[in-house]
Amino acid sequence: MKRVYSSAIAVGLSLTALAGCGSSGSTSSATNAHGPIKIWYSNNPQEIAWGEQMVAAWNKAHPTEKVSAEQVPTGKSSEEVIGAAITAGTEPCLIFNTSPASVPQFQQQGGLVPLNKFPGAVSYIQSRSGATAEQYKSSDGNYYQLPWKSNPVMIFYNKKIFQKAGINPDNPPLNTYAQFLATAKKVVASGAAKYAIYPAPTSEFYQPWFDFYPLFAAESGGKELMENGKSQFNSPAGQQATDFWRTLYANNLAGKDAYNGDSFADGTAAMAIVGPWAISTYDNKVDWGEVPVPTSQGIPAAQTHTYSDAKNVAMYSSCKNQGTAWDVLKFATSQEQDGQLLNMTGQMPMRTNLQQTYANYFAKNPAYNDFASAASRTIGVPQLSESISIWQDFRNGWEKSVISGQNSTQQFLSQTAAQADKLAAQPQ
Amino acid sequence: MNQVTVPKPPGRARRLAALVGRQPVGMVFSAPYAVFLAVVFAYPLGLAVWISFHRYFFAAPGATVNRPFVGLSNYTEVLSDPAVRQAFGNIVVFLLVNVPLTVLLSLVLATALNAAIPFRRFFRISYYVPYVTASVAVVGVWLFLFNSTGLVDHVLGPLAPKPSWLVNSHLAMPSIAVFVTWKQLGFYILLYLAALQNVPKELYESAAVDGASRWRSFWSVTVPGVRPATTLVVLLSLVTGANLFTEPYLLTGGGGPAGASTSPVLLMYQQGIEQNHPDIASALGVLLIIGVLIIALINRRFLERD
Repeated sequence: MKRVYSSAIAVGLSLTALAGCGSSGSTSSATNAHGPIKIWYSNNPQEIAWGEQMVAAWNKAHPTEKVSAEQVPTGKSSEEVIGAAITAGTEPCLIFNTSPASVPQFQQQGGLVPLNKFPGAVSYIQSRSGATAEQYKSSDGNYYQLPWKSNPVMIFYNKKIFQKAGINPDNPPLNTYAQFLATAKKVVASGAAKYAIYPAPTSEFYQPWFDFYPLFAAESGGKELMENGKSQFNSPAGQQATDFWRTLYANNLAGKDAYNGDSFADGTAAMAIVGPWAISTYDNKVDWGEVPVPTSQGIPAAQTHTYSDAKNVAMYSSCKNQGTAWDVLKFATSQEQDGQLLNMTGQMPMRTNLQQTYANYFAKNPAYNDFASAASRTIGVPQLSESISIWQDFRNGWEKSVISGQNSTQQFLSQTAAQADKLAAQPQ
Repeated sequence: MNQVTVPKPPGRARRLAALVGRQPVGMVFSAPYAVFLAVVFAYPLGLAVWISFHRYFFAAPGATVNRPFVGLSNYTEVLSDPAVRQAFGNIVVFLLVNVPLTVLLSLVLATALNAAIPFRRFFRISYYVPYVTASVAVVGVWLFLFNSTGLVDHVLGPLAPKPSWLVNSHLAMPSIAVFVTWKQLGFYILLYLAALQNVPKELYESAAVDGASRWRSFWSVTVPGVRPATTLVVLLSLVTGANLFTEPYLLTGGGGPAGASTSPVLLMYQQGIEQNHPDIASALGVLLIIGVLIIALINRRFLERD
């Protein structure tokens, strides 16, 4: 019996010691700690180049607080890799390219540092991004992410295909749903392209961001999918955007198969829903033009909202030298580094007065002007811990109703909205 | 006749012998695999069962999280989810196509490849190549063949199904089953080829002397002769089929159209990894294990009887 007691005491002591190892230490000391840190950035060539020059510039000026940088490790998605790293406690201090949809989940995991605890952080975030910053505030009032860059979504069209179909390539009728559908029918009927447009028809939770959501944002005048814990899409705006897509699929104007390649670059589709990254991607490959996403009544481009496709920066809780991490975060989102980001990637830093601040860049690169203008009228994804479940339910219903036509769009919207409201009401 | 009596070991030594067996060194040899099984299979399985009875989500080390016991609540949620029921239905369709097709084709092809046919080595390699090729690479070719503008529909012309194979809710899962059958065939042919070497040649000679046709000889000599291999092929194809993930993930864009090719493991991935609901995913996994065990036991009862 004595042996059992002593074993229990030993196990208890070991557990206490292990628990001590697991604690992250004093919060304020971590906030003020300075020293080397590690960061991850995206793995596309333009962002790698930006990241490398940013790190080189920082390290040159701060030899005692070196930053070591790596691309986000390969996985099915960056979000999965980050989620696994949080669970294992192996995530770096900062990740540039954190998806806002995943931030509430990472927060729930205890993987993020609230940026509010750094002196001046709130005013820095709000003065840099203006009213847009509010979209990225957590339900507990903290910022767990710094709004970094957006890729406002617009419609690209292939001028040669339009010309072949007898459509004016310089001013194509794509403003209203009716115009868009008529143009799409003309493209397909003429044989100029197999499909008018080809957003990915697959089941991933993020696919609505590139078909339904930009049109819903435009039609609703800038509403998010969920606001104040209530779904917004079971509404006239949601209904019209959904019916528009259903008509495209029902008339075989949009492809229903998973496409192996880039349908717009291949000429299989005459149009694509893209962000400003597409300018460099399709230059010298496609003679393209660009218009805002359509609305039922055709509101002017200068008033059209769209989806932001934003990527942000977050600080992760295993970071020891959080003082340095915060300084690097400010350095990487300074006016100078934002200018470098714009110049090297064509993506829009989320800061106010973008076109005025970088007037020279936009004068030299006029193709980016419309995207920069749209950047001030973008919406993000709702900041809810069940956000990804809500998007997955939405996508499942969309496939059934809009792509496959198995049930009515009204039924899809009302059922999905009820489920989304239920998920949003769950305790965080 | 004198009887040799072996002296009984003393009590303590007898207990030790009962524990470690007559050849204790055997334990040393088997220990690495036993440890591997315990760490890679038994522990995760036990943890999954524990998680399935708690409210659980992945958290950072040191984070304070509450993981209350919730009884059968995760199981109730899983069983009341229409998507789960659809996924289990889909996997039944998959198994009904995949398992018989695998057994039939691999046995027939193995028998053919066992005979003295021209280019035998070439055919053996040809059937094995898809098995050792990464699914990601092969799926690209199948997409090219079976999408709406693919080669197969082009050849079939007006006979092509509408909607096409992979976007047709009735044909998507059978198409995946055919793909998996083709991809795995090389491995099962290999199992049957090995089994065919153990069928005594005398049995074929006796059958020939009795005037049995080739078909009769195949049915009455080959099929019973490779029964142990058939048991193995059925069991392995059942287990791998029930764990289907890569093919619907890649071939039908994540289980489409409208969930018609979603598998339980694909749902586990969505729930556990993407949505951070490992409790729900674990409950689903435990149900899947139970289902596979039941089918495997039934299979054993029918195929292993003499």
